[in-house]
Amino acid sequence: MGDKRVARGRRPELVDDAPGGAASAPPSSFVEVRDLRIHFPTDDGIVKSVDGLSFALERGRTLGIVGESGSGKSVTSLGILGLHNRRNARVSGEIWVGGTDIVGADPETVRKLRGRTMSMIFQDPLSSMHPFYTVGKQIVEAYRVHNDVSKQVARKHAIDMLGRVGIPNPAKRVDDYPHQFSGGMRQRAMIAMALSCDPELLIADEPTTALDVTVQAQILDLLRDLQQEFNSAIIMITHDLGVVAELSDDILVMYGGRAVEYASVDDAFHRPLHPYTWGLLGSMPRLDRERTARLNPIKGSPPSLINVPQGCAFNPRCAFRDLNDGRSETERPELVELEPGHQAACHLPLDKRRELWESEIRPKL
Amino acid sequence: MGAVGLLLIISAVTFGIFFLVPKAAGVTSDDLAARFAGKTPDAATLEAIKDRFALDEPVPVQYGKYIKSIVAGDTYDTGVETIDCPAPCLGYSFRTNQPVFDEIVDRAPVTFMIAIGAAVLWLLAGITIGVVSALRRGSVIDRVSMGIALAGVSLPVFFTGLLSLAFVVHRWQLLPEVNYRGFSDNPFSLLLPWICLAFLYAALYARLTRAGMLETMNEDYIRTARAKGLPERTVVVKHGLRATLTPIMTVFGLDFGLLLGGAIITERTFSLPGIGQLALDGIYQSDLPVVLGATMVVALFVVLANLIVDILYGVVDPRVRHS
Amino acid sequence: MNTSKTPEPAAPAGQNAAPRPAGEALLEVDGLGKHFPVTAGLLRRQVAAVKAVDGVSFSVRKGETLGLVGESGCGKSTTGRMIMRLLDPSFGRVTFEGTDITKLSQAKLRPHRRDLQMIFQDPYSSLNPRKTVGALVGAPFKLQSIQTEHGVKKAVQELLELVGLNPEHYNRYPHEFSGGQRQRIGIARTLALRPKLIIADEPVSALDVSVQAQVVNLLEDLQDELDLTYVVIAHDLSVVRHISDRVAVMYLGKIVEIADRNDLYERPMHPYTNALLSAVPIPDPAERAGRERIRLQGDVPSPMDPPPACRFHTRCWKAQDICKQVEPPLVELSPGHQAACHFPENAAAPATGLVADATAKPDD
Repeated sequence: MGDKRVARGRRPELVDDAPGGAASAPPSSFVEVRDLRIHFPTDDGIVKSVDGLSFALERGRTLGIVGESGSGKSVTSLGILGLHNRRNARVSGEIWVGGTDIVGADPETVRKLRGRTMSMIFQDPLSSMHPFYTVGKQIVEAYRVHNDVSKQVARKHAIDMLGRVGIPNPAKRVDDYPHQFSGGMRQRAMIAMALSCDPELLIADEPTTALDVTVQAQILDLLRDLQQEFNSAIIMITHDLGVVAELSDDILVMYGGRAVEYASVDDAFHRPLHPYTWGLLGSMPRLDRERTARLNPIKGSPPSLINVPQGCAFNPRCAFRDLNDGRSETERPELVELEPGHQAACHLPLDKRRELWESEIRPKL
Repeated sequence: MGAVGLLLIISAVTFGIFFLVPKAAGVTSDDLAARFAGKTPDAATLEAIKDRFALDEPVPVQYGKYIKSIVAGDTYDTGVETIDCPAPCLGYSFRTNQPVFDEIVDRAPVTFMIAIGAAVLWLLAGITIGVVSALRRGSVIDRVSMGIALAGVSLPVFFTGLLSLAFVVHRWQLLPEVNYRGFSDNPFSLLLPWICLAFLYAALYARLTRAGMLETMNEDYIRTARAKGLPERTVVVKHGLRATLTPIMTVFGLDFGLLLGGAIITERTFSLPGIGQLALDGIYQSDLPVVLGATMVVALFVVLANLIVDILYGVVDPRVRHS
Repeated sequence: MNTSKTPEPAAPAGQNAAPRPAGEALLEVDGLGKHFPVTAGLLRRQVAAVKAVDGVSFSVRKGETLGLVGESGCGKSTTGRMIMRLLDPSFGRVTFEGTDITKLSQAKLRPHRRDLQMIFQDPYSSLNPRKTVGALVGAPFKLQSIQTEHGVKKAVQELLELVGLNPEHYNRYPHEFSGGQRQRIGIARTLALRPKLIIADEPVSALDVSVQAQVVNLLEDLQDELDLTYVVIAHDLSVVRHISDRVAVMYLGKIVEIADRNDLYERPMHPYTNALLSAVPIPDPAERAGRERIRLQGDVPSPMDPPPACRFHTRCWKAQDICKQVEPPLVELSPGHQAACHFPENAAAPATGLVADATAKPDD
């Protein structure tokens, strides 16, 4: 069943765009995104929310996608689920999930994958659950759409799931409405709903941003435990480097709709090779270090996605823009592998970057 | 409790308007009594009538009597005969020598059938068109139906009614004459009034539904429903429409309640003897008890409809129930 | 636990004693509280009260920054609003520059408004979109009918420059600016009247990480330059540590711990503070394995019906019977470091006895 879709999903016309011509090869990873572009035509011009993004993810592992508002991280997550309306979004490239290309497949095929093979939890669990249906009904609905079982069986499953995500007294709470839950419990219920069909891929879009810090810690623990239990792949989308460091195996740093750095979590935090990643690390006050006298913010603000600067999108804000002979102003740097498993998109010579990190950036963190 | 209080306030206000305004305009209690008595009454009869109807009493006393007769009933002595007006007695028509309540009950079936038939039509048409328009926003279907809806909102019933009467019934003879007097008649002879009345409301409801759906379909929980892998039809109907219909229900309650008290223009246009027609006749003939009675009935229906909507709101929206 | 009543003469700690500030106290908050009535039924009878803030005391001395942290619903924002008199306190006292402003009428309050300003979380919703930046930042001059040396426009341009905006952008509208720039506009407006105290309610939490740091630095620069005093209300413990000189931790309408910044973050005494600090994710994957984690169970109880005695006892792993029966007072356990706990951590043994001592005499 998967093979047919693989064949249909191949899009030869995109091979030219993709770096290395890898687009036609069958995916070797469970999730593989190749040269994904998601553009929204508007009256003011084309908003290039995602503009050439590639990454891969195996089951049982977690990828953290980090970026500021407008970096394209949330648009990417909706794109993986195939949730963009084809009438107002132009999606191209490939998104392979378990052998199916979401971009090329027909909508009905993608719908059947949603909720079963891949599911998602959102930032605000209150607005993300229907106010008129009980939490139990919403989980039952998610379960029964993919499993041919009676309502009673589905309800038992819902209670079981609520218990597994740590909601006390699940047999009673299953009949409560979302507004009767606290913020943390609501996010647990949301997770129970997302995991009800045992998905292989879970996308978490800012899952703890709306929560208090002690509740956030509970939810992160829960996600970690559930991943071990379900062996699912997790894509964790967040602006919080702390959350990423706690949970991820790999990190993708996005800026202006593109990946600027893609590395293992250790490399990204201990040997980052992109000035934007340095900037993010320098911007945040940290509890695990001596208090620094001053923070080192990135100057300026994130770019508009309609007029992404020519060349390197980060160039106008880059602290080291004078060090590369103006190349970054005209030529867009590609994401290239500089060390095994460590990619970055920057024109600065690698040695220079390593030197800058050791001498200028790291000591100030 | 609140509903009863509201009804009392409404009755006091309407009573005040109907009894104080003629007074302010110079109509004396003699004039009122004369209207009741018929041709050339002598002074003694007039006095007797004024006495019986307490026309010379202060307005609050008259109002008290009015409310008392609603609750306990009343007996009118016309001098010729004694008319028993059991509770709820809404007064006694000067013109027809009938208790107002009986007249309203007589007329009610016509009005009810007009309202119910039209409501079914406009809900079906309006909500369907609204949903389709919202889902196909900007498409030809959307533009055409919103154009028709604009026409529907702006064309009054007497225009569409007379036009359709002239052509559909008289010239082309596609439908029989509109003739409906009570539950024993074939309700489908009301088809044309239904369509004309529903056209107006359907247009309104299509626009309401479209606006509501456009908003709802952007909600986070719709995204969640899609992320669960629900078929689009389920997403639209079970998640989108369900939330959209809640505010529309409120509007519908009011509209329907108001119509139950008489669709005046429709009844007039199609010469249907409903409550609206009764009220209109009452106004023409300065038959105050009838006008007052009809107003009270409208108020009652609107208040009742509101009450039912409030209760339904709690059933439909659990957040209301728990707060 | 050592609960012996060893007299400890060194630190005379009264129940409501604010920490003794070294400098002059600009703001003193004494037993401040806000109960929002909960009504029900036709007659709107009060059936309960949300005890949003339930008696907090602290003082802020000139030139310092006090951080107010806690989770949602702990009453930190309500406290800020009461100090600003945007909300009328249910009880307690706010003293600003020696004047009790708690009961002042709005008219009498007006002169103090100049000295007491507030920065809000959402810079966009607090700026009228139909007004130019010049009008927005210049409005306070007109409202307080203040004479400016070279006209309002010049004054506004100076302010814009002060907060790092281009003075040429005087005629632009709020929507033409990014989130960080809008927060700068909000700050410029706050500074127009040269206030002495600024209450900043989540000043950076709506901003992107890189922009947050810009605004934090700006606030610090302005403080040095203009000799400002801040009360910063925030939920982000790292930001609060960076910006504050002293920090107060709130839980369910009460201050559970207040201390100098380094003291609080390095030697937290109240178990809740410990739990909060332990919950903050650390942006260093190397720390993942080695960290000792405290995980609180469940949720914060409802402020309508807070637990008796120590409000934290329902979630505290150290709680014993006394915590359910006797409310621990906020006492000074080491110089400048107050905590409200029967079994504080990082406290010298005699200090534990001090709590018991203060508890034994509730009328103290």
